[in-house]
Amino acid sequence: MTFRARARVLDTEDIARIVKRISHEILERNKGSKDLALIGVHTRGVFLAQRLADTIDSIEGNHVDMGSLDVSLYRDDVSMRPAPKVEVTRIDFDLAGKTVVLVDDVLYTGRTTRAAMDAMMDFGRPESVQLAVLVDRGHRELPIRADYVGKNVPTSGNEKVKVSLKEVDGVDMVEIGEEEQ
Amino acid sequence: MSAQVAGVEESEVRVQEAGYKHLLAIADLEGDDIIRLLDSTRSFAEVSTRSIKKVPALRGRTIVNMFMEPSTRTRMSFELAAKRLSADVINFSPTTSSVSKGESLKDTAKTIVAMGVDAVVIRHKSAGAPKKLTEWLDCSIVNAGDGMHEHPTQALLDLYTMRERMGRLEGLKVAIVGDIDHSRVARSNMLALNKVGASVLLVAPRSLLPEGIEKMGAETTGSLDEALRWCDVLYLLRIQMERVNESRFPSLREYTLEYGLTEQRWESLEKKPLVMHPGPMNRGVEIASSVADEVESVITGQVAAGVAARMAVLYDVLGGSRE
Amino acid sequence: MSEEILIRGARVLSFPGGFEGEMDVRIRDGRIAEKGSGLKGGKVVDARGLILAPGLIDMHAHLREPGMEYKEDVGSGSRAAVMGGYCAVFCMPNTEPAIDNSSVAEYVYDLGVDRGLCLVLPHGAVTQGREGTALAPMGEMGSCRAGVLGFSDDGSPVADPEIMRRAMEYARTMGALIISHSEEESLTAGGHMNEGYYSTFLGMRGMPSEAEEIAVYRDICLAGMTGAKLHLAHLSTARSLELVRSAKKRGIDVTCEVTPHHFSLDDSLLVEYDTNFKMNPPLRSKDDVNAVLEALADGTVDVISTDHAPHASHEKETEFDVAEFGVVGLETALGLALTRLVDSGLLKVEEVLRKMTEAPARIMTMERWGYSPAIDEGANANLVLIDPEERWTVDPASFESRSKNTPFTGWELKGKARSVLFGGEFVMRDGAVVERAELEAPGRGTARSGTAGARKPIAQAAKAGKSR
Repeated sequence: MTFRARARVLDTEDIARIVKRISHEILERNKGSKDLALIGVHTRGVFLAQRLADTIDSIEGNHVDMGSLDVSLYRDDVSMRPAPKVEVTRIDFDLAGKTVVLVDDVLYTGRTTRAAMDAMMDFGRPESVQLAVLVDRGHRELPIRADYVGKNVPTSGNEKVKVSLKEVDGVDMVEIGEEEQ
Repeated sequence: MSAQVAGVEESEVRVQEAGYKHLLAIADLEGDDIIRLLDSTRSFAEVSTRSIKKVPALRGRTIVNMFMEPSTRTRMSFELAAKRLSADVINFSPTTSSVSKGESLKDTAKTIVAMGVDAVVIRHKSAGAPKKLTEWLDCSIVNAGDGMHEHPTQALLDLYTMRERMGRLEGLKVAIVGDIDHSRVARSNMLALNKVGASVLLVAPRSLLPEGIEKMGAETTGSLDEALRWCDVLYLLRIQMERVNESRFPSLREYTLEYGLTEQRWESLEKKPLVMHPGPMNRGVEIASSVADEVESVITGQVAAGVAARMAVLYDVLGGSRE
Repeated sequence: MSEEILIRGARVLSFPGGFEGEMDVRIRDGRIAEKGSGLKGGKVVDARGLILAPGLIDMHAHLREPGMEYKEDVGSGSRAAVMGGYCAVFCMPNTEPAIDNSSVAEYVYDLGVDRGLCLVLPHGAVTQGREGTALAPMGEMGSCRAGVLGFSDDGSPVADPEIMRRAMEYARTMGALIISHSEEESLTAGGHMNEGYYSTFLGMRGMPSEAEEIAVYRDICLAGMTGAKLHLAHLSTARSLELVRSAKKRGIDVTCEVTPHHFSLDDSLLVEYDTNFKMNPPLRSKDDVNAVLEALADGTVDVISTDHAPHASHEKETEFDVAEFGVVGLETALGLALTRLVDSGLLKVEEVLRKMTEAPARIMTMERWGYSPAIDEGANANLVLIDPEERWTVDPASFESRSKNTPFTGWELKGKARSVLFGGEFVMRDGAVVERAELEAPGRGTARSGTAGARKPIAQAAKAGKSR
């Protein structure tokens, strides 16, 4: 199966601006970075979380806690063989009293976010949880909404949204397209 | 290959190349499969460090531990692994079962499975018993040790330990010492190490080396001292009194003299290899007690790795599917 | 008085002569009445394209009666035999009780007469109870109506060389044949397959070739020492066959047999732990299989026997090391021999059939039972019609044998017995067994009196002194 792009919705500069904007929005909403923590959802969510953390650090001048979360062990809706590859979850700080911003690349049905919240709860009880995503493509199946959105990209059911990040894919961009055999 | 799945964000799912229904033998795996399982083990090792040592991945699944040979450690390890994945576990052993009344393995297996079971973890004294179960049953079968044939999860936890401690597997030089003939641990480890690019040297008298073992991928030597000069990892096997009774070698004393990791040998080594043992150790036989104390942490590390490796295996054969 | 049968147009294969060309053969009153061309009259059987040969003889089968009838019995065993083209089967005495005296021997013999579709004759045990310590009464067994000639503890060797020596000396006097299951059991104890790379890979205790070779050499030496007639059962290794080759050169009175599974299968096939590949002697290496084929081609191997060893499904559908040793073979032997040996070009069809008719007949002195390997006028009509071109797939569900433990399921073979005549009557016709109830005079054409069946002790052999 290969992805065939039809349109590019975000390029390198767009993504850089989004990261800056969302960083400011997070700080504005939470009145600073005190008790703030960012947790990225594997794989690309982790890199986005890192970029947000770096940006917040440079704005505020102090270091915000950062972690990574693998949700494959918490999925509830999958009927797939082989099972998804398991990545490492790393949350080295105490969640109690913290406002956690979950960071993911694409928000779609909402099931990954639900699984991420379940996974996180096994580590502790944060004060509150917010959600930041690069792209919201609609078609929610659960009552989940993002607090911070990079771009709303309306899609139809058989379209695919492909996010590429420099750290993983060598380039920053988001494309819409189709998967073909 | 990517999976076509309803309702899942495609870009977030990194799908594995393969997923096996059973794990019967290292011989059935490719090197890539082994690496994949080792990587997965690392993730599961992290779960065991949390305060809530549980993930819901296998919630609602039922796993039967069919241990037809005595074993506390491996059985507990599998039980913990299954429970940490939120599966339900049933333990079945011959003393408490109908097998002691002469029920055949086939009938026993079919009865258990009629109760609706997703996987059977089997340890049995007959080589090929797990394979036989795959012919009679529909559920997943995991081999926890079959006669002298294979003990695949032991090899996985051993390779995981080696990789964590030594930083690599490719090019690693591993010497396995002892009763190779009767050892399923030796066979599984040998095969696995070869598949990931390590080299294996078997150390034993000819009377404990089975016919044609070199063709399974190892050099052989009768000299432990020669092996000690060469190896990065020294893997000691348990030696049992039965072997003396079969005239494989004259006495345990002689065995220790020729093949034991004595204090003297240990002290004489400038560069000490990583010492491993599948447990339980015969202190004073294959390893001197003082040396055992020194290397204890590696062996307890192997035990912890065992739970994680078995979680990785159970997740691999059962994870993700509701069928 | 039965009607005449006219077998028309078959290629007649007679021993010692060989092929005699396409002929018509008339059968009347249980005998071959006439041979020629353009014959007329009687019930015509169109046999064009078929080979008419003397009925096959199996020197080595296990029919399990008395004692283990759930696996097989004389009746079902003889049905399997005629399906495979056989008109005579010798059954091994490892029954319960063992065939170690004339009562049990006659019991089995009578079962053959009353229930069998072909000739069923027992071999006797060498030692009482097959326990290897005391000689069984060979004279008594030989002179009873079962006329026992061959003696074997098969299933087990005669472990003690001194006992085997004395048994051979006594057998020589009695004019009897020792059939040896040659195995040094201390080397094979706990073993379940050939010792080699595969037993190591599969984690199973192996049975080394040397266990057979040491025992073969011992038995050949003892035969040379005592002057006894020795027939080595189910040989499976290259060196065993070399030992036979050199023994024959030295003039020792030794013959040997191999089974179809030992010329068709090797130990690499055990990787699935399929117990249908478990037997004793075990499947050996590819080199050994090649040596068996060579030994068949150069005449070192005298006889092809089946070692038909039926076992019930609950005895085979188990862990490998728990499963019984043995596979059935009566219904697949001819097909395998024709496919593996003739179709492959290794041997001519007459050479293969000689090893399944004339050679066992000679070794077992079958003329006293009225069996003749020559298709001559006046001879008893114990014959098989073989279609050398018939292609068929081995399907154990269709076996006549009560047991289905075969390693050849799904094999596509070329060559099959189409019909078998025993005592001038069809006991298997066009691929189907004929029920005994439909036979007119079952067993006609075999001698039934004790004296005809017995052989007399050789007076000269009682003289002292070794013959080497």
